[in-house]
Amino acid sequence: MTAVGTDQRQQLAYVATQAADARLNVEIETEGMTLNIGPQHPATHGTLRLVARLDGEQVVEAEPIMGYLHRGYEKLADVRTYPQVTTLINRIDWLGSFANEVPFILAAEQLMEVEAPPRAAWIRTILFELSRLANISLFLGDMGMQLGAITPVFFAFRDREFVLNQIEAVTGGRFHPNFDRIGGLKDDLPKGWIDETRGVMVKMRNFCDELEDLLLGNEIFEARTRGVGVIPADVALSYGLSGANLRASGVDWDMRRDNPCGLVHDQLDWKVWTHPDGDSFARYWVRLQETREATHMIEQMLDGLPGGPVMAKVPVIIKVPAGEAYVATENPLGVMGYYVVSKGDLGPFRVKIRSASFNNISVTPWVMRGVYVPDVITILASLYFILGDIDR
Amino acid sequence: MGLVASGKAPKPLTKLLNLGRKYSIWMYQWGLACCAIEMGAVIGSPRYDVMRLGVIPFPASPRQADLVVISGTVTDKMVPSILRLYQQMPDPKYVISMGSCANCGGPYWDSYSVTKGVDQVIPVDVYVPGCPPRPEALLEGIVLLQERISNEDPAARWRGDPIVVD
Ligand code: SF4
Repeated sequence: MTAVGTDQRQQLAYVATQAADARLNVEIETEGMTLNIGPQHPATHGTLRLVARLDGEQVVEAEPIMGYLHRGYEKLADVRTYPQVTTLINRIDWLGSFANEVPFILAAEQLMEVEAPPRAAWIRTILFELSRLANISLFLGDMGMQLGAITPVFFAFRDREFVLNQIEAVTGGRFHPNFDRIGGLKDDLPKGWIDETRGVMVKMRNFCDELEDLLLGNEIFEARTRGVGVIPADVALSYGLSGANLRASGVDWDMRRDNPCGLVHDQLDWKVWTHPDGDSFARYWVRLQETREATHMIEQMLDGLPGGPVMAKVPVIIKVPAGEAYVATENPLGVMGYYVVSKGDLGPFRVKIRSASFNNISVTPWVMRGVYVPDVITILASLYFILGDIDR
Repeated sequence: MGLVASGKAPKPLTKLLNLGRKYSIWMYQWGLACCAIEMGAVIGSPRYDVMRLGVIPFPASPRQADLVVISGTVTDKMVPSILRLYQQMPDPKYVISMGSCANCGGPYWDSYSVTKGVDQVIPVDVYVPGCPPRPEALLEGIVLLQERISNEDPAARWRGDPIVVD
């Protein structure tokens, strides 16, 4: 032992340094642990596999491993005809199925130079927003469940049924409607549907209020989400995030307002919600506000629904002239786009799908560096992805 | 279970055992794709509520489960995990395949990455058709499985005989 001054303060300082050194040594000697989450795990809602390298309770590195649900949409689309492709792409984002069809149909319409009649465009937008409700409402409940509160998910499943009922009444399918056609829609709305939908919108708003009461004011919820998984605006932009994840980072960008190709969002009175924080709480908050905004949008559309046919004149056998088109819309999960290349055949020559979740999940290695293990679950839940949308 | 194992269980005892097994199925949910959401509706939605059939849908691991519901698209990359978790389940175990994808490949019948039917890998007891099947359809699948269990001779599993359902 080296000489220690008699001064007590000096002695204490020496002890403190020794202790700090010891801690440092211990830290150097800790062994990393690799934690494998998934591919089948309740918290990854789907078949995402996450390999996290841990140092104690902290994540050093996390890597998402995808492909457990790769179904080969792009290749399959090459060998299907145009009406058959919509059946297939329904299943990419399975919670908001109708919204998947819309950009593809719009791209095909652009190539064929047909335009859907106004009534079809309006009903399309209504169904588009209804599928947003069906999608996001499950997130609102699920996020609670991931943090240990199981009631919200029961509420979500209960109230989601009403929306699914309305979708089923029009399209005949709870999940995969396959209702959009090139040049319009398959059918008109059934009788009495408009009034019923108004009632459902009130129910959905009540659901939002309920969750706001349950979760947003809840101390545990706030403690586990505020400041967790902060994504600054520049990082969000550079990783290509879109949808509510981007808006929660304070970027005011919404395809519905900024590029409303083919849909009627520009004729409605609504607001794009953003939050400056960029943390998990912000992402939840933005989605909650958007759900409420969507109910208001649907009500406006129900009021202003124009009359007329729902189908333009298109040939029975659809042949799309040669050309290329890219159309993207603001789907429930973010920007979804289809790049369609046609060579004048019955089916597309090549379809490239840009889906939102793939980009949203790509930020996980960045955002998970240095977080604690329980926060991994919070961040995964708040980023909100759907595996079909990632792997395709 | 000595009596059962030797195949000499009296009929009333068999009936009683089967009654108990039938109404206490621990169901392991294997949600893979779209169908998982309909399975979620069966579990989470008060409108369908699978627990009223005596099915407990939340075992923490396959080692506690009697029944696994494979719902969704099985890809070639996923198959090893499915096989492994199935082998971890204790006997007697049952499998419900939910949705066209798990039954036969469904809309991806010509895809390069999808396994055309989970029955290529593990034995399936009940197939629930549909894309996705309605929640009611899964409920019916579970009721059919319960019927099957109630008519089963438990000793057959130990003897290794093929199971005959009348
Ligand atoms: S059967 Fe249909 S709904 Fe079910 S997983 Fe396959 S594509 Fe999705």
